[in-house]
Amino acid sequence: MMALPYITEHTGFTGTVYATEPTVQIGRLLMEELVNFIERVPKAQSASLWKNKDIQRLLPSPLKDAVEVSTWRRCYTMQEVNSALSKIQLVGYSQKIELFGAVQVTPLSSGYALGSSNWIIQSHYEKVSYVSGSSLLTTHPQPMDQASLKNSDVLVLTGLTQIPTANPDGMVGEFCSNLALTVRNGGNVLVPCYPSGVIYDLLECLYQYIDSAGLSSVPLYFISPVANSSLEFSQIFAEWLCHNKQSKVYLPEPPFPHAELIQTNKLKHYPSIHGDFSNDFRQPCVVFTGHPSLRFGDVVHFMELWGKSSLNTVIFTEPDFSYLEALAPYQPLAMKCIYCPIDTRLNFIQVSKLLKEVQPLHVVCPEQYTQPPPAQSHRMDLMIDCQPPAMSYRRAEVLALPFKRRYEKIEIMPELADSLVPMEIKPGISLATVSAVLHTKDNKHLLQPPPRPAQPTSGKKRKRVSDDVPDCKVLKPLLSGSIPVEQFVQTLEKHGFSDIKVEDTAKGHIVLLQEAETLIQIEEDSTHIICDNDEMLRVRLRDLVLKFLQKF
Amino acid sequence: MLDCGMHMGFNDDRRFPDFSYITQNGRLTDFLDCVIISHFHLDHCGALPYFSEMVGYDGPIYMTHPTQAICPILLEDYRKIAVDKKGEANFFTSQMIKDCMKKVVAVHLHQTVQVDDELEIKAYYAGHVLGAAMFQIKVGSESVVYTGDYNMTPDRHLGAAWIDKCRPNLLITESTYATTIRDSKRCRERDFLKKVHETVERGGKVLIPVFALGRAQELCILLETFWERMNLKVPIYFSTGLTEKANHYYKLFIPWTNQKIRKTFVQRNMFEFKHIKAFDRAFADNPGPMVVFATPGMLHAGQSLQIFRKWAGNEKNMVIMPGYCVQGTVGHKILSGQRKLEMEGRQVLEVKMQVEYMSFSAHADAKGIMQLVGQAEPESVLLVHGEAKKMEFLKQKIEQELRVSCYMPANGETVTLPTSLSIPVGISLGLLKQEMAQGLLPEAKKPRLLHGTLIMKDSNFRLVSSEQALKELGLAEHQLRFTCRVHLHDTRKEQETALRVYSHLKSILKDHCVQHLPDGSVTVESILIQAAAPSEDPGTKVLLVSWTYQDEELGSFLTSLLKKGLPQALS
Repeated sequence: MMALPYITEHTGFTGTVYATEPTVQIGRLLMEELVNFIERVPKAQSASLWKNKDIQRLLPSPLKDAVEVSTWRRCYTMQEVNSALSKIQLVGYSQKIELFGAVQVTPLSSGYALGSSNWIIQSHYEKVSYVSGSSLLTTHPQPMDQASLKNSDVLVLTGLTQIPTANPDGMVGEFCSNLALTVRNGGNVLVPCYPSGVIYDLLECLYQYIDSAGLSSVPLYFISPVANSSLEFSQIFAEWLCHNKQSKVYLPEPPFPHAELIQTNKLKHYPSIHGDFSNDFRQPCVVFTGHPSLRFGDVVHFMELWGKSSLNTVIFTEPDFSYLEALAPYQPLAMKCIYCPIDTRLNFIQVSKLLKEVQPLHVVCPEQYTQPPPAQSHRMDLMIDCQPPAMSYRRAEVLALPFKRRYEKIEIMPELADSLVPMEIKPGISLATVSAVLHTKDNKHLLQPPPRPAQPTSGKKRKRVSDDVPDCKVLKPLLSGSIPVEQFVQTLEKHGFSDIKVEDTAKGHIVLLQEAETLIQIEEDSTHIICDNDEMLRVRLRDLVLKFLQKF
Repeated sequence: MLDCGMHMGFNDDRRFPDFSYITQNGRLTDFLDCVIISHFHLDHCGALPYFSEMVGYDGPIYMTHPTQAICPILLEDYRKIAVDKKGEANFFTSQMIKDCMKKVVAVHLHQTVQVDDELEIKAYYAGHVLGAAMFQIKVGSESVVYTGDYNMTPDRHLGAAWIDKCRPNLLITESTYATTIRDSKRCRERDFLKKVHETVERGGKVLIPVFALGRAQELCILLETFWERMNLKVPIYFSTGLTEKANHYYKLFIPWTNQKIRKTFVQRNMFEFKHIKAFDRAFADNPGPMVVFATPGMLHAGQSLQIFRKWAGNEKNMVIMPGYCVQGTVGHKILSGQRKLEMEGRQVLEVKMQVEYMSFSAHADAKGIMQLVGQAEPESVLLVHGEAKKMEFLKQKIEQELRVSCYMPANGETVTLPTSLSIPVGISLGLLKQEMAQGLLPEAKKPRLLHGTLIMKDSNFRLVSSEQALKELGLAEHQLRFTCRVHLHDTRKEQETALRVYSHLKSILKDHCVQHLPDGSVTVESILIQAAAPSEDPGTKVLLVSWTYQDEELGSFLTSLLKKGLPQALS
């Protein structure tokens, strides 16, 4: 969601954006923090000449390897954020949203964060699932809705874990023990993090851990312009939480224990390091603050303040940035660095389980997931393995999905349905021919009964021959079946025809009505009536023939 | 089953619904697919444990999250009053409330819940009280909307009910305030504050009977801001027990409150009150003015009734009834002007205190009901809950102004509504696209007809082109062809006859494709006309007109046209 303002404000996009309420509220906080951090370091000038390709290739790495630098954009403003958010329409899990009557869109819980969603896009006969950023682990959000993904024609899979080899539970354990070790030795702990998400789980772990580890007197500081809002908002989305947390709200108690940490003064939050924080600041302590890239935000100050002492520790938990690259400008560092990336999104084992469970006809995913990571090319288990093989896509590539639409829903009005005459053709299969007026509105199709033939106008107007020309578009049904010659002849006799002669031919028979100078060629799948221009006779014969045939 | 409430005015069997209307001796579970509870007020959920645990029902019970959270607390409260205070036997137990709540499935707003293969339900925001919802119930293309209680104007703590244009076959709406078009909310609020203020100024006590959740919070917010603005010191109490808990629910379910509260809750949670303190029973005898919110709201039992009995004799005091009262309750009696009440033990209580009624209960008024009907665009409306005369008035208004048929059945009366049920089938995309493409052509007066074959196999209905139907069923087409001999008097050569036929037909059949082929034959669409000269008579030519059954009309028309001969002008 972080790039939404770029789409809604700069591309001419005028459509609706759909998102769940927690996504909007927390997304707003994340963007607000980002904008706030960036605006704290205003730049009078910004260099852009280096983006010239000829100059760029002469620059040292990583600048020289950066891709598409010409498309890099300045960070949006809060005004743009607000404008982007105003275009969002709130939706709830399992809500069916009709788009132009043509498709239905439904968000499902993805289990990764508060309000995070997977999406189903379906028509009456086709179903595409978009699975992105999902988690099967039990953390705070509502569990992932897997059942609703079943029977998909296509499942688009993305947003898998960035650290497929790390076990989040183990990482949390490591996080706690490293934190305890540092604090016990009188050092401070810095946790670069986003203001929402994993931090809720970390605070909950610490809530349970600090007392048993004898650390209850160590202050926890959460510093972010949106720290207060993030902590408050997390408590009001009971309906989007896992069952355990929901039942707490029913008591009624706040779902997250950080409410208690705040109440007992163990956790304190500040909008920035200036103001109240400088008065309250006590060491050793634990500080949660952003930005996890270590390039801006209050974290920069703490890196500089604590970097020189080997007593202190920085613990990386967010998986979005390489910790080595993040640390590069601060080197040499005396501070300890611990890397405990906590990424609860699906790993490859979970993906195979999920795909076996929901059995989509086709899987579509980014190319990277169809081969092992470049650094671990022998790990064949670190790729998607499914049958039929997943279709992969690259950046800006257009994929044709391998299914063909064959049917569309249409409604038959009751008056028309009443007039249909079904005929059992085979056991269990009935047919009825339908002639109706198609009425289409808002992509919904309706079949109405054909209009009654207009009453002949009794006007005195002289009739012209051309008025009587029949509308050739009134089609007759197709015919099927064959005509048994003997029975046909008997029927003819019964209807007063005499002097009937039957001749055998190579393919069938010829029935001759000598009196009427009429000849009827009957073959397996055709009948040909050749007669004089005697309409009465022809119509009689036609109707007798039709009696033996089925109409479609 | 929609809602499962109790009647506040009765203490005997009549307080719970008579479930034998559903089945005389069968199990309720076999007759009900699900139960839907619109909100936590006892007249909508008070009979649930009796129904599910004592009569016996094991199917799902649907309600929103706040309702699921608050409903068991109110049930327990109600049980305590009935059993512990009044000593009633044969009442549901605490365990029964717990067991009953285990059958509850919580629903989100706008979530489509699939109850079974056919039945789906969807909740909409109803205002009224925290967690109140309206429900759309849908099977195939038929649907019913049940409003429960709702409020079409946002108040100090909740938003307004909203529904999309879902066009149900039937809208079942409450009509408690069928004729009241209430004056603006601001006037009512000012009135309320004025009355409270005047009474405490002259040293009187104000009793406001409320239900623990709902109006109570709205009025508390109102008084709290007033007290702050006027810098008043007169104590405001809220009868203990549920209150604090109740406010806590509001804090945790902020997304269900109105926009203003939702926006500002991080800075200031409106449900944390500074001036309003917990009430103790002893306070009722304290001298001097005070304002007390006490439960329950209809003065039928509990603390509010106790306080009322203490204060009723003094004309300086005032009771403000902020909501509707059911017949049979003390609240209803004093509102209808009764000033001598017969209490338990043949005591007569004389009411000297002032009695005020202020419609704060969050029901839609006539205007609101009309507004909701306009939003949902139902085929028909059914009014429930209200007084017959007023409902009759509203019914006429709906029928005349909105042109929607409206019903108001009495208890036990059955209404049968005809619906026209369209049949959904799958149409082959090829056929549909072809039709739609042609439908776009500027077609004069005649509507186009779509032709196809409906294949019905089990419950799978597909509409395909006739050719495809034949192919799918492995049947061969049987071609029926006619060839008619038309005799013409014409001495010219066959080729010239054919040419004359061509120009004749061309002049008449302007809308059709008439062609003269190199081999001398003439075609009209797919009909073939050939001229031949029978050897015996050079003055006669025979036209062979040949068409298939599909061109029956045109073929028949051509032969009769040609039979009339060719126009003389050309000869």
